[in-house]
Amino acid sequence: MSQSDIAIEVRGLTKRFGDFVANDHISMQIRSGEVHGLLGENGAGKTTMMNMLSGILQPTSGEILVHGQPVHLASAKDATRLGIGMVHQHFMLVENFTVLENIMLGVEETKGLGVLNRRAARDKVMALSKQYGLAVDPDAKVGDISVGMQQRAEILKVLYRNADILIFDEPTAVLTPQEIKELLAIFQRLAQEGKAVILISHKLNELQAVAKVTTIIRRGKVIDTVDTKATSTEKLAELMVGRHVTFQRDRVPMPAGPEILKISHLQVVDNQKVTRVHDFDLTIHGGEIVGLAGIDGNGQSELVRAITGLMPTAGGQVTIAGQDRTGATPRQITRSGVGHIPEDRQRYGLILPMSLVDNMSLQVYTVAPYSHHGVLNQKAMVTTTEQLLDQYDVRHSSIMEPAGALSGGNQQKLIIARELSREPQLLIAVNPTRGLDVGAIEFIHSQLLAARAAGHAILLISYELDEIRQLSDRVAVIHQGTIVGQAKTSDLSESEIGLLMAGETVPGKEEMLHAD
Amino acid sequence: MRIKNIHLGNLWISVTSVILGLLVGAIIMLLSGFNPIENYISLFTGAVGSPNAIGEVLREATPLILTGLGFAVANSAGFFNIGLAGQALAGWLASVSFALAFPHAPGFLLLPGAILAGAIAGALWSGIAGFLRAYFGASEVITTIMLNYVALYATNAIVKGMLAKGDGDYSPTIPVQARLRTPFLEHLTQNSTFHWGILISLAAVIVVWWLMKKTTLGFEIRAVGMNEDASRYAGMSTKRTIISAMLISGCLAGLGGAMEGLGNFQNIIVNTALPSIGFDGMSVSLLATGSPVGIVLAAILFGLLKIGGLNISIASTTPPEIVDIVIAAVIFFVGANYIIRYLGIKLHRPSKPQPPVAANTAPQAAVDTRAEQAAEEGEDNQ
Repeated sequence: MSQSDIAIEVRGLTKRFGDFVANDHISMQIRSGEVHGLLGENGAGKTTMMNMLSGILQPTSGEILVHGQPVHLASAKDATRLGIGMVHQHFMLVENFTVLENIMLGVEETKGLGVLNRRAARDKVMALSKQYGLAVDPDAKVGDISVGMQQRAEILKVLYRNADILIFDEPTAVLTPQEIKELLAIFQRLAQEGKAVILISHKLNELQAVAKVTTIIRRGKVIDTVDTKATSTEKLAELMVGRHVTFQRDRVPMPAGPEILKISHLQVVDNQKVTRVHDFDLTIHGGEIVGLAGIDGNGQSELVRAITGLMPTAGGQVTIAGQDRTGATPRQITRSGVGHIPEDRQRYGLILPMSLVDNMSLQVYTVAPYSHHGVLNQKAMVTTTEQLLDQYDVRHSSIMEPAGALSGGNQQKLIIARELSREPQLLIAVNPTRGLDVGAIEFIHSQLLAARAAGHAILLISYELDEIRQLSDRVAVIHQGTIVGQAKTSDLSESEIGLLMAGETVPGKEEMLHAD
Repeated sequence: MRIKNIHLGNLWISVTSVILGLLVGAIIMLLSGFNPIENYISLFTGAVGSPNAIGEVLREATPLILTGLGFAVANSAGFFNIGLAGQALAGWLASVSFALAFPHAPGFLLLPGAILAGAIAGALWSGIAGFLRAYFGASEVITTIMLNYVALYATNAIVKGMLAKGDGDYSPTIPVQARLRTPFLEHLTQNSTFHWGILISLAAVIVVWWLMKKTTLGFEIRAVGMNEDASRYAGMSTKRTIISAMLISGCLAGLGGAMEGLGNFQNIIVNTALPSIGFDGMSVSLLATGSPVGIVLAAILFGLLKIGGLNISIASTTPPEIVDIVIAAVIFFVGANYIIRYLGIKLHRPSKPQPPVAANTAPQAAVDTRAEQAAEEGEDNQ
């Protein structure tokens, strides 16, 4: 391949924050017409590097070459001018504007006197949309369209600015499996049309599907650049975390324990009077993990909030270890032996500005030894926090630092430590590994399996089908607020679960699915 | 719970705000043709130049500490209590009324009773806003502003109609045994209005610090203020917590009013405007960034400026409003602390591109807080 194929190259790129080196002499070359994966754990320095390529941060030393020319990127504007476009994980779209208006925003073409030339913009957008297979409705308001279409609008926005180097920062974190598939196809299309695509990810299967080469970064340094297809998943994971990672989850057979959770005919209506959950029946025994599969928004959040007392129930019954807990307060439910790893760890699971000690004590601060007659026992809180942070390997610099200073993975570990340390009879885990890297996922899965082996009942709700299939003894599928089928995990294939999730039936298995 | 270097960061901002405020005042004096150096010297001597001046400064600071604490407690629960002035007025009225109602009661009963009456009245007044917010979601900003007016005019009607003798517009002076001012303190400070209330204020500082840091209620107030959803997840009753915080806030403001009634004025008068200790208390709390010790310092600073400022117009032709401009400028820079942080970052650019918050954390944490924070937030907020 000739030198001219290299769209962007970095040489010895280094970024320091004070004494800390976020990027340490990174060198890599990204070619036009291919997808280049950038793989690394949370905190490895991927985002820092991409912020330098897109002009948001300036390197401490090293150089960036675009099409062979050394460049200085002082701002995001410089990067745009040189054809570098970044699609952020958080979409930068104005909800009240249409797709077209969002794409035009900042580079509006006018017919003079400030009158927008919408026709010209629309023609260009539609041409790009067709060329790259990016289906959007240009006149729909961004607030009304799916997350997948919002992302396509973001990509069009970058292409509209004539980018030929596109950077995607963890683009699939917010997408459903179907949308991920579509996005991966779009990446291939972009590469075919001659664009250089940089895909930042820690999802190995996605990189293997589309990236020709992958550069692995660990602790700010380039570890290796490999031919993705020729490298096994295990090898990629090992390069990323620096040790061997297993994908095999060992589920020892467990005798059926006592019935811990019994939900019957549960109905949940939200405050807009929309029925979110109806005729919902589910039973979980001790020593059992039941995975609840479903597409996001089919009543999973409302179900969990109703079971944990955060939302009122409109009918039916929730029984925990033989006690009727329908309509109980969150604290009564917690006290009856329920642990809850919430869906949104920053909104529900943690109080980010509070210290690790305070966050670790969140569920127990009212009971001895953590408080007596309303007076906190700081010493007991600190002792327990130190012990749990250590036991669950939560990487931190001080127990008094705010929880918001931890990385996402360590925040999640803190929540898991807090919830599991109370030895709950029932653990409700919602997307427990969302956004985490393989090392952290492996740890959290092993903790869930250990809780199972200790005889606890676990309700696992996840949008990751792989996770459900790896961990669960039984799979139940929720669709439009009710269970449309459940079976032993081994009795259902991935595609059969997918059919149920979409509200279809599985030919030949109808009876088995409703036997429970 | 805050880590130490955040406190230092806030202290730095408060000190910078004060300096910038004084500078702005100096510029205005220069532009108006007055000598700022001369004026600041007379401000300083007017504030600390004699035992009398020091006594007046501490008397000025006494109620501000209490209203400042009151604002800070409510603010910890995420509650913006603009009603401190009305709550203080309710406390003032109640304490004076109590003292006048039992003119022959012994001092060891009358004085604590009057103080307690002030605290309870303030708490009841703020409790109305707390209740409306907790059960009906009514914005406390609006309800407390309205309650301020109700307090002002209701108090005036009571003073004029019930307490004042004849056609007067002030109540009789409270009995000697209910007064916080004593001959001993007057003698000590050359007949200043300094009174024992300062001890109540300092005790309140310690109690509030203990309450917020060491009790489950304080834990709940801080938690609810920072994240209501997570507090509910942890089983806290957000309604009960909001009302508790508001009652404590109003109780402190009411105490502040009682200090005016039992210490400074020793009666209650028909006011044309709400007592300034309410709004000044907010400013004190903001300047102190909520820290109890900071509130004491900020209240004393306010006392210094106000009492010293009187001396400016005595010693020169400079109008006393200049001091109000300085105070306003200080508060402006506290409110606009973003500007100060930004300037600080610019000045420190070459070595420290970030605010001093994470300066001494270990490298691993530095990765998490800076380099990949954007990525984490992205993943986590979905």
